[in-house]
Amino acid sequence: MSLGAFLALVSLSLLRGLGIPDSPFGPLSFGLPMVLAFFIALSLTALAAIIIDRILYLRLRRTGPIILLIAAVGMAFCLRNIIQFIWGPQPQYYIKAIQIARKIPLLGIRIKPDEIFIIIVVALLVIGLHFFLQKTKMGKAMRAASDNMELARVSGIDTEKVIMWTWAIAAALAAAGGILVGIEDKFITPDMGWQMLLPIFAAVILGGIGNPYGAMAGGMIIGLSGEISTAFISTAYKPAVAFIIMVIMLIIKPRGLFGTR
Amino acid sequence: MDTFIGILNYLVFFAITAGIYAVLCLGLNIQWGYTGLFNIGIAGFFAVGAYTSALLSGPPPGPLDWRTVGGFQLPWVVGLLGAIIASGIIAFFIGLLTLRLKEDYLAIATIGIAEVIRLILKNEGWLSNTVWGIKHIPSPLHQPIEAGVSSFLKGHPQLSPWLVHFISNAYNWFYLALVLVILGLLYWTSERSIRSPWGRVLRTIREDEAVAAVSGKNVFSFKLQSFVLGAMVMGMAGSLYAHYAKFIDASSFEPLYGTFFIWVMLIIGGSGNSKGAVLGAFVIWGIWAGTEFLTGPLALSGTQAGALRVIVVGVLLELTLLLRPQGILGEEKIVSRMLKK
Repeated sequence: MSLGAFLALVSLSLLRGLGIPDSPFGPLSFGLPMVLAFFIALSLTALAAIIIDRILYLRLRRTGPIILLIAAVGMAFCLRNIIQFIWGPQPQYYIKAIQIARKIPLLGIRIKPDEIFIIIVVALLVIGLHFFLQKTKMGKAMRAASDNMELARVSGIDTEKVIMWTWAIAAALAAAGGILVGIEDKFITPDMGWQMLLPIFAAVILGGIGNPYGAMAGGMIIGLSGEISTAFISTAYKPAVAFIIMVIMLIIKPRGLFGTR
Repeated sequence: MDTFIGILNYLVFFAITAGIYAVLCLGLNIQWGYTGLFNIGIAGFFAVGAYTSALLSGPPPGPLDWRTVGGFQLPWVVGLLGAIIASGIIAFFIGLLTLRLKEDYLAIATIGIAEVIRLILKNEGWLSNTVWGIKHIPSPLHQPIEAGVSSFLKGHPQLSPWLVHFISNAYNWFYLALVLVILGLLYWTSERSIRSPWGRVLRTIREDEAVAAVSGKNVFSFKLQSFVLGAMVMGMAGSLYAHYAKFIDASSFEPLYGTFFIWVMLIIGGSGNSKGAVLGAFVIWGIWAGTEFLTGPLALSGTQAGALRVIVVGVLLELTLLLRPQGILGEEKIVSRMLKK
């Protein structure tokens, strides 16, 4: 995720350098380069994930899930420190302007135009993922492989290709998340991914591991309860709120809200 | 001669730190190496041990200190026991919640509890003095040894400077001995237990839980025992660290040093093998300390050099996983004393 956000930063500065006009779209705080950079960063992050998969995970696939997890944690530390090596630990900025929240007449709430943009992008990504998983051949193969890898292979599904696609999509989605957080918060740091890790895990457990729709619902619940909790307790404990929800979930319904297995 | 003593003093300092890491590795080896429990919140147990020990045997809050509890100035041994018990209790509750579920849940719960513990230590002034940390934690037998050294040096003013240099470091030698004695005891206990029927049950659970369950073993209970014991060892390491560093704050227990390094050490040393755990701790800490000198001439900024060294450690981990998954010293196939090798 951090990687994606930073690749977007690189692409952004590259595109600005290439002379693509950076006139903000209407009320938004960014323009065409940001949108192009978004897509370039998504593709590059997906590519990086595929390369890491080919070099590292492919060879470890037979050893068992935990070894793979250890390799992934090691890789996360490597990537984060590569980012830190190049850009340093201090925050980097996409745009250095402050955007004023505007009042929406009917609802009576204040919201920044960028935030509406973020909500629309998220909605598009969710709908896109839904169609990919339900309607395309690759999406169906992916769901089959997640249910039962051996059975999928016997049915003639090229599971290696499925795994590659899974990595690419997961990495691109993580990159999209990172960039959107960067647009909302105005800055990105090498450890932004780490800080989001716990809420993400909590969201997935809440929704039930292996269920993308549960994960989306879990993400909404964890995100909202984290923000609402700041009204009652110190903001420093936002990740802790996610953790406590997760623990309660593990006690009462360990398979998650929508888990089936 | 004086330079040589300087290097020797540095090596003592190095060995104390590596020894504390080795204790952590032995703790992880019980959990992961023997039983296959995936704990990625080592830093949490390490921190609980360090803070419990500091609160029990540390000084009462001084001026400019936010703490309102702790500082009972009890003997170090009480602090050590408190650290072991506190880490054990936390592990017991995490284990109770997650050890019946799939292994992923334990991983997520441990990483979560470690992060929550770090947040509490960073924010709750009454307990931990937030980011200012706890200062002046006494080291065991520090005053008598220092007093003995200074009176000895006063009595022998004609000693050559290098000998004075050497003798002034007596306390660190004492602490190294203390760490090594504890490490030795843990190593012996750990080796004895894996060679016992109890240890064989743990290894069976790691290889195939169903087999252990069919043989009439209470898999959950054994896993819980292993998890709690491992966490207790980590708490012990926390106490050893706190009383050596004399100062602790939340930043000492970040996931990089507190958890990731321990994993790299155990995997590169050889998980499931107590010798491997200790060896890994010394080798990786050696590489970490050694690269500090190597990155000097590269003209990098401090954070860049630090990042580069983490990348080196990370790449070493991946290479080990790819090329020698069993680590430098692999696990011994037969551990029973009754069977011939």
